[in-house]
Amino acid sequence: MSNLAPLLRVKNLRVEFPTRRGTLVALDDVSFDIAPGEVLGVVGESGAGKSMTGAAIIGLLEPPGRIARGEILLDGKRIDNLRYEQMRRIRGKEIGAIFQDPLTTLNPLYTVGRQLVETMTTHLPVGPGEARRRAIEWLELVGIPAAAQRIDSYPHEFSGGMRQRVVIALALCAEPRLIVADEPTTALDVSIQAQVIALLKRLAREKGTAMMLVTHDMGVIAETADRVAVMYAGRIAEIGPVREVVKHANHPYSAGLMASIPPLDRRVERLAQIDGAMPRLSAIPKGCAYNPRCPQVFGKCRELRPDLINAGTTQAACWLYDTEATRG
Amino acid sequence: MFAFIINRILQALPVMLAVALISFAMFAYVGDPVAIMLGQDFTEAQREALVRDLGLDQPFWVQFATFVGNAAQGEFGLSYRLSRPVAELIAERAPATLELAFCAAGLALLIGVPMGVYTGLYRHSWLSRFFLTFSLIGVSLPTFLIGILLILVFAVWLGWLPSFGRGDTVQLGWWSTGFLTWSGLKALILPAITLGLFQLTLIMRLVRSEMMEVLRTDYIKFARARGLPNRAVHFGHALKNTLVPVITIVGLQLGAIIAFAIVTETVFQWPGMGLLFIQSVGAADIPVMSAYLLLIALVFVTINLIVDLLYYAVDPRLRIGRGKGGH
Amino acid sequence: MAAAVKRFFDSDLWWSFTRSPVTVLSAIVALVCILGALFAPWIAPHNPFDLASLNLIDAFKPPAWEEEGVAEYVLGTDDQGRDVLSAIMYGARVSLIVGISATLFATFVGVSLGLLAGYAGGHVDSVLMRICDVQLTFPSILVALLVDGITRAALPREVHDQIALFVVIFAIGISEWPKFARTVRGSTLVERNKEYVQAARVIGVPSARIMVSHVLPNVVGPVLVVATLNLGLAILSEATLSFLGVGVPPTQPSLGTLIRIGNDFLFSGEWWITIFPGIALIAMVLSVNLLGDWLRDALNPKLR
Repeated sequence: MSNLAPLLRVKNLRVEFPTRRGTLVALDDVSFDIAPGEVLGVVGESGAGKSMTGAAIIGLLEPPGRIARGEILLDGKRIDNLRYEQMRRIRGKEIGAIFQDPLTTLNPLYTVGRQLVETMTTHLPVGPGEARRRAIEWLELVGIPAAAQRIDSYPHEFSGGMRQRVVIALALCAEPRLIVADEPTTALDVSIQAQVIALLKRLAREKGTAMMLVTHDMGVIAETADRVAVMYAGRIAEIGPVREVVKHANHPYSAGLMASIPPLDRRVERLAQIDGAMPRLSAIPKGCAYNPRCPQVFGKCRELRPDLINAGTTQAACWLYDTEATRG
Repeated sequence: MFAFIINRILQALPVMLAVALISFAMFAYVGDPVAIMLGQDFTEAQREALVRDLGLDQPFWVQFATFVGNAAQGEFGLSYRLSRPVAELIAERAPATLELAFCAAGLALLIGVPMGVYTGLYRHSWLSRFFLTFSLIGVSLPTFLIGILLILVFAVWLGWLPSFGRGDTVQLGWWSTGFLTWSGLKALILPAITLGLFQLTLIMRLVRSEMMEVLRTDYIKFARARGLPNRAVHFGHALKNTLVPVITIVGLQLGAIIAFAIVTETVFQWPGMGLLFIQSVGAADIPVMSAYLLLIALVFVTINLIVDLLYYAVDPRLRIGRGKGGH
Repeated sequence: MAAAVKRFFDSDLWWSFTRSPVTVLSAIVALVCILGALFAPWIAPHNPFDLASLNLIDAFKPPAWEEEGVAEYVLGTDDQGRDVLSAIMYGARVSLIVGISATLFATFVGVSLGLLAGYAGGHVDSVLMRICDVQLTFPSILVALLVDGITRAALPREVHDQIALFVVIFAIGISEWPKFARTVRGSTLVERNKEYVQAARVIGVPSARIMVSHVLPNVVGPVLVVATLNLGLAILSEATLSFLGVGVPPTQPSLGTLIRIGNDFLFSGEWWITIFPGIALIAMVLSVNLLGDWLRDALNPKLR
């Protein structure tokens, strides 16, 4: 997979929020690639910076947040420093986005058809008639029954799950090569979640769309992602093939995270838990951000911040895998 | 649609009746109409005849029903102050007030809405800051002071525009209009600005804050994430959603213009209903006051109805499954 | 106490205050207005109501910097030879007294009824809110005018003149209570369903005490904002009523009365009799409004 030239490359990304009590670093030194057609899962606790990474990629960070350092490249071309109008042409066309809550993502005053049509006529060389025909096709494709009639319905006439299907159609209709899906199932009923994820996975595969799937649901990741990145306090703690990270996590944090998932194949008396809480961005400890909670902490962890290091099957930001540190 | 209108009219009825009750209570119990109408010298027989004529010997509810019936036919009795039928007095002065209010409302809307949209979109531009400062002064300036300042500058110092009255009017049936003469139009300028300025700033501030509110919503973020051009996001998605709450308040504000005309008409000696009303308050002329109150209530109820209909046109959530769709 | 003071200067409120030069400036202007009005009898250069000191020779003197002005009357004199500056200071006093009293009255009525509506719910709530709705559709100045007109008609003239000041305060207060009631009701509904209030109710704390000791403190912020913004409005309402000639009695002229009197001389060129009271009124209302705007934004960080 990694022998392909990456579609998206994020290099040393740092996002800052200036506040009255100094600058908060929301993302620090985040680097990863996504290959064409690949699904990268991004997991972590709330506030770890998952959604922030997605927002930075589509160029819609909430002010006063800003990219302070690093690069984002799409097809080898930088997109993090584009002007608004240039970036606008990429959004929707090259990079689609799916948001968390389908109840608030659709404009309540426009029919779903109109929203699909305007997206397509903006990015594709199609007229309104052709766009409408395709809009019906897309609604069928995402599983809206009686699409030809429902195209003129308003969002409030759909259920939550159906609305998220419409959102997926909207994100895909201009045929982008990358989708940033920010917790696409969190706001849905549990029974609907699996359907929507299956749909997303199927469509991504059929269309060859790469996806960055942000979620805190490890089940979704295990089922959908090719690789997974575990984020902690604004940094990537570990990144690697999904099977390896889930089964044999190398970073103590990802190991703890995975141990807290209930296994289906055997009974356990008690699920593991990680003591303590993720630090606030204003109070990130010196050294490794995870050191106060880490069961395997040692001297260097409290002094220096580790970068991603090869840890066998994955890459982990942990001094345990630095041969010199463990020896010394 | 039809049921919707009927429903709204039925809802407005109790309000009108409540206002009518207040008007009637004023009419019947405040001051002594008999004493006022008879003047100094009268016999007991004259007094009794008048009481019977006015129906004051009837029970309360009968009197109220008569009052409502008369009011519905535009019958409000005689003005204590001018001894002329109230309906006639009001009909004479209504065109002046309505023409003034119409111009002021047009001014407030045509300038206030675009200014609000601009300041909501470009919050940090220097022009926005200028508009905001201007609007704050507009909100803090009492209407009468705006009028006085305009008179001082444009009538007294520069001598460009008249400072009082309507100028020459043309009679179209019972309606007298100032729109058709040069002097009538010139006379309209200062009062219309005076009356419209406060509403203009209010509408601007309202549109601005609604616009900012809407721009923070997920669907606007999603529209941006879909790569729609700014023009479509701002003037399609955002503006249309801003309109929903703005329509309500703007509607009420337009009603308020007619009431605020009282002040403007006093400053410019504009021969409208407001001037009539304020003279009646000073003279405790209850029939005119209660008629004016009812008329204003009618205007507000009508505007409310129009606002509801506009709402219905803009927001699809109201059309189907009324009251349960949406948020 | 010292700790409370320190906490205040440490707070976000104080921080955002010092960060906004406009707010600081308007606080200073408001303070100058209030102090000038409060101490008018001691610091005003003349006593405009002391008929013995008035001299018609001094009438219509323009401001000191104009050609015919005299240093004694910095802002000129009116038709009676009254010092305009002193009249403004005394007038501001009346305006402020009426504005503040009316706002306090409206606050008291609005907060009480709002608490009642929010806490009692049911019919009490719907009746009170219906009244609010209806009244809010009418501009407050119209309500104040009506209340004033009715009292004028209901009371004999002598009685009315004696209590005119209270009538104005009452009229303006009545015209503004619904905004407070709405705000308080909204916050009360939110608080009422919180667990600590439910808990207090379960252990049998009387309703009245729950409202006063638990719910009330939580609505102080919004009420303060509404009150500040309404103070400006109340001062304007008073000025408007007085300008229309139905406000405070002529024996206690407010800024609005001064403007009305001066208005008659506008055409003969004596602009200062109107314009200076007008500027004083604008300065007062503008500074109060700016403070209110700032307070609203500072207590509502989400709007930033």
